[in-house]
Amino acid sequence: MNWRAIRAIYQFEMSRFYRTLTQSLISPVISTSLYFVVFGAAIGSRIQEVEGVSYGAFIVPGLVMLSVMTQSISSAGFGIYFPKFIGTFYELLSAPISFLEIVVGYVGAAATKALIIGVLILITSMFFVDLSIVHPIAMLAFLVLTCLSFALLGFIIGIWARSFEQLQMIPLLVVTPLVFLGGSFYSISMLPPFWQGISFFNPVVYLISGFRWSFFGTSDVPVGFSLLAIAGFTALCLGVIWWIFRTGWRLRD
Amino acid sequence: MATILSVRDLRKTYASGFEALKGVSLDIEQGEILALLGPNGAGKTTLISTICGITGMSSGSVTVGGHDILSDFRVAREMIGLVPQEITLEPFERVWNTVRFSRGLFGKKRDDSYLEEILRKLSLWDKKDSAIKELSGGMQRRVLMAKALSHEPRVLFLDEPTAGVDVELRKDMWEVVNGLKADGVTIILTTHYIEEAEAISDRVAVISGGEILLVEDKADLMRRMGQKQLAVQLTEPIDAIPDALSDYQLEQSGDGHVLIYTYDTRADRTGITRLLNDISAAGLVLQDVQTRESSLEEIFVGLVSGEAA
Repeated sequence: MNWRAIRAIYQFEMSRFYRTLTQSLISPVISTSLYFVVFGAAIGSRIQEVEGVSYGAFIVPGLVMLSVMTQSISSAGFGIYFPKFIGTFYELLSAPISFLEIVVGYVGAAATKALIIGVLILITSMFFVDLSIVHPIAMLAFLVLTCLSFALLGFIIGIWARSFEQLQMIPLLVVTPLVFLGGSFYSISMLPPFWQGISFFNPVVYLISGFRWSFFGTSDVPVGFSLLAIAGFTALCLGVIWWIFRTGWRLRD
Repeated sequence: MATILSVRDLRKTYASGFEALKGVSLDIEQGEILALLGPNGAGKTTLISTICGITGMSSGSVTVGGHDILSDFRVAREMIGLVPQEITLEPFERVWNTVRFSRGLFGKKRDDSYLEEILRKLSLWDKKDSAIKELSGGMQRRVLMAKALSHEPRVLFLDEPTAGVDVELRKDMWEVVNGLKADGVTIILTTHYIEEAEAISDRVAVISGGEILLVEDKADLMRRMGQKQLAVQLTEPIDAIPDALSDYQLEQSGDGHVLIYTYDTRADRTGITRLLNDISAAGLVLQDVQTRESSLEEIFVGLVSGEAA
């Protein structure tokens, strides 16, 4: 294992984040505040309570998840796609590192960035609502696992993409709808039975439900299912990455 | 001299079916500068990319310092530095960061004084905090070189290092290359500028159509393949070459003022003395005499077009 190479990749990626620190941090703060104004204040004032929690507080886990998932995917995807796009990928291929070091470096940096943003959103939301976290360790574990697994997915998309359009297509067409329909802003139990049934095929439902459980102690699905779902999703991503590594798919001619 | 890089029957067929390398074998000696010459599409870049691990090989084997580039890739690749043909750099990144990144990527311990030495050698030190996009094309090429040297490679590949670089910068590059050679670094360069190969290489390998046509000491090659020409300038022009000189297969040029005699430098007798005597005997008066050696370029063109094969 070439630890120096992992650190070099990690630091290089993080320096990109620091270079645009203001944009990187201000935009999630602003968008979170907007969500609170629209959903929390305007709509939330008519909803009152969901499952015994004020609507403003209820949407916090979903909001954090929404940002963390999209951020993980986009920064890991961009991180590995950009060197391919501008041609500096040759250096990664010619370095004395295996694919594993490349994955750890890029995915680690992307997950870190998403985690920072997730925590920032959490802090921002505390200015708007009273928030108590019932299971803080479980909350952190869910957050870190989500950052990592979605960064893995983003990495796969970045390897697969041959254009910036493709890079943005999956997050836009697949992930965002799944997150919005995954109970970010509502409880699955509020849906008609038919749509409830459909929702259980959406993997994001399990992640948000588990994450919400760590805040309020209540959930749409048992928390064990949530853990299984995120473990399964991580395993799937790792499997695809292992396959890319074995075959050199879209890496070497 | 020990062999540092050994290529054995290397073949590469792309998915499109194009056979870029058709069984290349090549041994490169430690500390030499080898110029890899060949027309566009000959397989130069494919050969380099395969050795460096950027392109997968179809069959064959490559060892660097005795380490197989596939089974022992970490050790093998650590020894190799590559300056690619295209300028590929992150435009917003600073020079210092990108060079330090390269060193780390190759698993070398942080050594800022060594990196400073490289940047100074390449006249990049005062640009170390500049963003890459602010640099000229020539400067960017130096950054690529600094990146390749950042991990102290023992074998350096330069793929068209001076393409699009002005004359002064090219001379600087040659100086750097010679300095590296003095430090014992083995250098393999591809180039379109034959005068470059002629100026700095020890040996020349000619590749065409995915095959190595020859590998030879540059001086030997020029001696072996080289023909010399003697141009005899006459005081008075002549209409036709006198019969007495017909054995020499002379050519005429310059309105009949100049007679050109082509001879082989390797022959025991070049025939120059006899020719000059015969010219004198034919009643022609000499004004000037010049000799000229064929350049590597002429040899190269001859080889690739198959005339000299």
